[in-house]
Amino acid sequence: MKITVTDRDGNKKILEGDTNNTLMEIIRDENLEIEAACGGCCACATCHVYVDDKWIDKLEPKDDDEESMLDQAFYVKKNSRLSCQIQLSEDLDGLELELAPE
Amino acid sequence: MIEKTDVIIIGAGPVGLFSIFELGLLNISCHVIDNLDKPGGQCAELYPEKPIYDIPSRISITGQELTDDLLSQVKPFKPVYHLSQQVEKIAKLDSNDWLVETSMNKSIQAKCIVIAAGAGSFVPRKIPLKNINHLEEKNIIYAVRDKSILEDKEILILGGGDSALDWTNELSKVANVTLMHRRKEFKASPDTVSKMFQLQTDKKINFFLGQIENIEDLNNGKINVITKNNNETKSFEVDFLLPFFGLKMELGPIANWGLNLEENLIKVDTEKFETSVPSIFAIGDINTYPGKLKLILSGFHESALMAQQCFKYCFPDKKNIFRYTTSSKDLHKKLTSL
Repeated sequence: MKITVTDRDGNKKILEGDTNNTLMEIIRDENLEIEAACGGCCACATCHVYVDDKWIDKLEPKDDDEESMLDQAFYVKKNSRLSCQIQLSEDLDGLELELAPE
Repeated sequence: MIEKTDVIIIGAGPVGLFSIFELGLLNISCHVIDNLDKPGGQCAELYPEKPIYDIPSRISITGQELTDDLLSQVKPFKPVYHLSQQVEKIAKLDSNDWLVETSMNKSIQAKCIVIAAGAGSFVPRKIPLKNINHLEEKNIIYAVRDKSILEDKEILILGGGDSALDWTNELSKVANVTLMHRRKEFKASPDTVSKMFQLQTDKKINFFLGQIENIEDLNNGKINVITKNNNETKSFEVDFLLPFFGLKMELGPIANWGLNLEENLIKVDTEKFETSVPSIFAIGDINTYPGKLKLILSGFHESALMAQQCFKYCFPDKKNIFRYTTSSKDLHKKLTSL
């Protein structure tokens, strides 16, 4: 499965996804600029991304933990998600997203 | 007054704490310094309630349980903790010892320094806007130290956690407070939330939905804070802005100690976990070496090998004879001394 990530400079990169991973893990291991300080346990808000509008409804909705954690992020939008909380699945093949500003 | 010990450990996370144990087995005494007000590091601050499954023999343990158990495990070695302070300066003395100075003006002398600082110290998460540095401490206050400067002032508080709400409720007594949060729901104790809504009903505070967009220096002691809620923009001319967006981690002063770094991580060898500066060690998430995995497990291993080398610095004339905790009577005595 493929995931298209737009970095903070506007460059697009296509990553190879794996359904055993979360979105954050794939982005981090490509050395894209994502801090993911807490390692993926929804405790830091440093893996904030904007999911492309046409994909946002295909994701599992945010739980309370994720919504609360987004309170510590800046420039939160309707399509804001913490990428550590998005488990990849075959349905998400082609997913497009953008890294939120730091 | 200068306090003396054998080893100074920077960072009271799981790896820093377990180092007390490994060093203690070799009769090496420790002082531990941490910027947080409690030991445990990320485990206690970020995920105290969340389970960890890869600590050997523990099927599942929360961050706080791991911290509590480590604190009990190291207690026989009587470590000295210096909490709520950061190491600001280190200097090499003529005796070859290190002198460490903290942000609370403590001076501690030791033979070795062990950096177990994880991803760095926890500091308030700052607003990511350029050109506002000069307003910090003047108009933008991330940690209130002196409440009196806020009396009778126009204050905008940002955030939806306990800090934001506690300060909103507290300062409503002495200042004109506006609270802004991105949604109506708060992640704070229910009492605090209902108190805030009551204050709003009583018109003692204002509450708006929105997020910060920009800050302008009005050059008259005040700032203009521009906020946005969906597409609606609102400006607030205030004396003080108090943003509460939780904590983040920063390497801090360690970056200036002349250690070889690689992308904000400290390079070490994998035999002694020593940095490019002799008698300074780095273990846990803060170090890097070929094959490094950021696991608590790896940090524990690193602390055991680090301790072997510390022994040589602390007791240069003594031979370190390897002992198991299971069979050494002397170690039994130490470990059950409490």
